[in-house]
Amino acid sequence: MSEIANTIFSPELADRFDKLVTIYPLKRSALVPMLLYAQDEVGYVSDAVVAELAERLDLLELDVRNVLSYYSMLRTKPAGRYNVQVCTNISCMLRGGYEILDHCKHTLGIGHKETTKDGVFSLEEVECIGACCWAPAIQVNYDFHENLTPAKVDVLFKMYRDGKGKDEK
Amino acid sequence: MADVKFIVDGKQLTAPAGTLLIDACKSSGIEIPAFCYYPGLSLQAACRMCVVRIEKMPKLQTACTTPVTEGMVVATETPEIAQARKATLQLLLGNHPLDCPVCDAGGECELQDMTFKYGAADSFYAEPKNHREEQKWSPVVYFDRPRCILCYRCVRMCGEGMDVFALGIQNRGSSSVIAPNIPAELSPDHLAHVDCEQCGMCIDACPVGALTSGTYRYKTRPWEMNHVGTVCTHCGDGCKTTLGVRSTSDGSEIVRGDNRDKSGINGDFLCNKGRYAFDFANNENRITQPLVRQPNGELKPVSWEVALDYVGKELRQRRDARGGKSIGVIGSNRITNEEAYLLQKFARTVLGTNNIDHHRTADYVSFAQALAGQKDRTASLRDTLTAPAILIVGGDPTIQAPGTAWNIRTNVRNNRGRLYVANSAEIKLRRQAKSFLRLAPFGYSAFASYLAGNAASASEAATDINALSTFRDTIKAEEKLLILIGSELRGQDLKALIDFGLTIPGAKFALISDYANSRGAADMGLLPDMLPGYTPLAGNTTFAEYDTPSAPGLDLLEIFEAAGKGELSALYVVGSNPVTRYGIDPESLKDTFVVVQEMFLTETAALADVILPAANLYEKSGSVTNSYGDLQLVKKAGDRAGVRSDFEMIVRIADKMGANMQALVPFGKGTRADMGQSRGAQSGEADRHSVWLTANNLEPKLSPFDPFAILDEIQRLVPGYNLLRLQLLSGNDQHLQPAAPAPLVQVGSRRDLVLPANDSLFTSGTLGRYSTMLSDLQHNESLRPPTGLTQIETAAD
Repeated sequence: MSEIANTIFSPELADRFDKLVTIYPLKRSALVPMLLYAQDEVGYVSDAVVAELAERLDLLELDVRNVLSYYSMLRTKPAGRYNVQVCTNISCMLRGGYEILDHCKHTLGIGHKETTKDGVFSLEEVECIGACCWAPAIQVNYDFHENLTPAKVDVLFKMYRDGKGKDEK
Repeated sequence: MADVKFIVDGKQLTAPAGTLLIDACKSSGIEIPAFCYYPGLSLQAACRMCVVRIEKMPKLQTACTTPVTEGMVVATETPEIAQARKATLQLLLGNHPLDCPVCDAGGECELQDMTFKYGAADSFYAEPKNHREEQKWSPVVYFDRPRCILCYRCVRMCGEGMDVFALGIQNRGSSSVIAPNIPAELSPDHLAHVDCEQCGMCIDACPVGALTSGTYRYKTRPWEMNHVGTVCTHCGDGCKTTLGVRSTSDGSEIVRGDNRDKSGINGDFLCNKGRYAFDFANNENRITQPLVRQPNGELKPVSWEVALDYVGKELRQRRDARGGKSIGVIGSNRITNEEAYLLQKFARTVLGTNNIDHHRTADYVSFAQALAGQKDRTASLRDTLTAPAILIVGGDPTIQAPGTAWNIRTNVRNNRGRLYVANSAEIKLRRQAKSFLRLAPFGYSAFASYLAGNAASASEAATDINALSTFRDTIKAEEKLLILIGSELRGQDLKALIDFGLTIPGAKFALISDYANSRGAADMGLLPDMLPGYTPLAGNTTFAEYDTPSAPGLDLLEIFEAAGKGELSALYVVGSNPVTRYGIDPESLKDTFVVVQEMFLTETAALADVILPAANLYEKSGSVTNSYGDLQLVKKAGDRAGVRSDFEMIVRIADKMGANMQALVPFGKGTRADMGQSRGAQSGEADRHSVWLTANNLEPKLSPFDPFAILDEIQRLVPGYNLLRLQLLSGNDQHLQPAAPAPLVQVGSRRDLVLPANDSLFTSGTLGRYSTMLSDLQHNESLRPPTGLTQIETAAD
């Protein structure tokens, strides 16, 4: 049974949050993990998420927004079903990361932090995702794709469009 | 803590261990620049302006976070440091717009000063500046994002200082931004707003022009105003407010209220009323000509001479025909001490009546009587900042006395003061309290009696009896306790609470009232049964030179009852609106000659036969006494053609009545010397006033319109008003302790006439509704669901 009446989260996540607030010396330390888990479940950090997390942690909504806005991986708008994150840090950049990014923009017809009209893809330019050995790399949701070329990216997009992607949301 | 010795710029300095280097230098006259450092708030070290070179430490250190240590050797101005500060400024100026010529802060801007000092005006950045449109967060707070240098003073001020937490920091790096607590996406008009107490402390703390005030923005430049430090007219705290005034065609307009020099009793603080609600003085509906009611019932503007002649003639006729007892006088909570004293002296010696009263917002008579014979038992507002322990019984300082609440929060935060709150409501200050006792509704009487030792009243005082007894034991254990009392406690209850407090050897007391000079009005004897200084009417020798009727007069309600019965021939009202405040039936005044001195056509003024346009507290000189008994100087700031001070009007009316002016206002030299020509108690005596002046090295005042002539008499006669002239004249506060003289009058036999103003943060008695900014703020507040921050029953009028 959740600590919060009328929680907006699934019973499992609500239970997890109930426990999470108890394990830190300071309650508010649980804020960042909670934001991440909430985003994974809801798809983005909605106003309702902000309100419930503030209530769970005895914070003001303003406090939650202060932290939320600091982290670029936390979204306040819904993303597409597949969030394409293109790395353009040094290794990827040297191996053609910007070409991949430009190709994505062109193919999908959207820019940084935008979502296609059908809601299938959204695109993001991100900092290092830790796949330097296999640069250039992109991350789609939690799934990695390495050693890419524009042609390989087209194949990937088709695969996802056909619903054959691994990490479905 | 023990002192440590250290060297700054070759000078040997000494400061207590633990002092921050920046503060230690400041108190020795060495200025280290800083944007983010603000004394009393938490440390940020965000701006890097205060960097200094400390020997044996690698790199430059921030003086705002470094405590002084023994043997430390510091350099605060070297070419290396100047270069570092210049580089910091260049970074800050990277996005800062060059709109100093139109910016409100231009001329008073810390960034501007530093840029001049370190010569960083040339920028190496070719990138376009990051421009954003300004935002209106509330009617009084505007935010210009590009001007912000991210010092976070406003964020800390709002959170730590005000305990409101309406501002935060969002995003990061160069896109960081100060964000208010209502984001645009949740706002009905899709614009960001603040939901807060609208105190404007964020604007005050802002070192640049990023936060600007709705009343002042784009109106004028700082050097085009005269700055007059005077006392705020709104609540009973008596904060110092600096009014910026500018000449207009019909006088002098107040354009800005702020806390410019921070030298006042309020330290850093000023609330929204002190900062914005001066605008009633500029209201175009002010009466600027005397109005006399014509036989057809209309009010007609007449010259001052005609109006004063008429008032003098009518009052004299009525006094002579029906006696002084048929005349009533009602004084004000917002006039100076000198005016209040003069008004009661005029009533008692010229009109010959004790029918004089005022709207009482706290029971100062019982307070003075309960403390009769005690010394050093009353607290100053300054004590709330330093007292090790404070008990608040009743009241809600956050709303009724914001300066007091600020001091208490600061005391708890910085000095670890222990706060105890006993209240029937969950007032906001409970958040700072060590212990909060929820009293039963109307349980103050029972609580006072419980503290005084009556165990039987415990169940009436609070539902949780255990909490009640623990609470009593805790406060009893305090050695130095400051007891702040709300207006809920009156008469016997107040006495019971004070008697309990007196058993604590170091306890001091203060009674909180609602207006700028509520305390002064009571101290100056605007009371039917007390002379100034709570001196009893009968058998006193202090005021023997007065020819005062010895029987107590009618109180405020009895005056109107008498009017209803046709027994009141005349009513003289000075700066008060009793008709609305006490719900008086206008019909009851139809047979009474009513004279009203007012700024506006209030409900009371509308019933008057003569309305005399009055100056307000910002347009006159004199002194006022705050709730605590701290006396301060009031200086004339604004001016409005056509109006006169209440002081001048009383003097002129007395003159028109044919009174002996030198007996009323002691002016001129040796005027009252009696060489034996007359008979009676005073016969053959020298002029006491003149003797007193000589003994105190004071010159006689030359004009009957000089309020200081009356101040001399107040100082000479009113018990407890033994003030220090230089302290007053230099704009400092001083604590006075008027207490009833020894033969005790029985407390409690008197009628309870206390009627608290019940003002919210955005109302101020009758005056508040003539302030455009307060009306805007009330409207702004009504747009949002109640948050509990500012909710309190709104004043009746």
